[in-house]
Amino acid sequence: MMNLFKLHASSPNLTRRLYLSTLGILGLSTSFAPLSALAKKPEVIEAIAKIVGSNIPRDGRVKLVIPPLVESGNLVVLKVAIQSPMTTIDYVKAVHIISEANPSPNIFTAYFTPRSGRAELTTRVRLADSQRVWAIAQMSDGSYWQGYADTLVTLSACTEMI
Amino acid sequence: MSKTSRTGIIAPANAKKDSIIEIRAIAQHDMETGFRYTEDGKRIPRDIIRLFTCRYNNEEVFRADFYSGIGANPLIIFNTIAVASGTIECRWTGDDGYEAVNQVNITIS
Repeated sequence: MMNLFKLHASSPNLTRRLYLSTLGILGLSTSFAPLSALAKKPEVIEAIAKIVGSNIPRDGRVKLVIPPLVESGNLVVLKVAIQSPMTTIDYVKAVHIISEANPSPNIFTAYFTPRSGRAELTTRVRLADSQRVWAIAQMSDGSYWQGYADTLVTLSACTEMI
Repeated sequence: MSKTSRTGIIAPANAKKDSIIEIRAIAQHDMETGFRYTEDGKRIPRDIIRLFTCRYNNEEVFRADFYSGIGANPLIIFNTIAVASGTIECRWTGDDGYEAVNQVNITIS
């Protein structure tokens, strides 16, 4: 789908074509939505595989919060919190935030230390489209945990021009 | 984007020992994604902050890698344990030789 990262409308025709094709894809995506919600995209699987290697991330412990509906994908407040005692022997080493629909799946990676106190982080991210965002946490014992959040980005984000 | 820019850190000036304090760090930066095109179809090169580090009395307590998915003027809110009086120093480094350093003092009671 048209996204805010690559908008290049050089002629009125192109704009119209983009607009119409977006309408078409919109129609398709609503009919396929339940299907696509089941499986991760290949780029996302690859990005996650790069992080976890041969380990399999387990569900839980990671809480990712993004607004369920955002008007503009340019600045979306994202909060991630991971359950952990954060002691020197048991703490969260890192958390990776992966997007399913952005042109580049990695959003950011944060590295915590036992000195962090709480494995919590808030920042503002860009979302190109309505999508699922994943958070993969790496613990000090080598285990991986994952959590996700779905959001709906309304089309107004796509009207951004340079 | 220039080689450096305005940054800000908000952290409590006073804190109880071993309490968890919240640090908010922001940098003025366009965070150009590298996925946008100009009207004549030229790709705008990527220009982002790639690394953020926070050192507390010269010991690293937090670090983050940024990618294009971080919004303009990156704000990052994180926690640390107030262990001793001293300085909290944040450093942002990025594409095209960008670097910014800022610090705040903290007193522990």
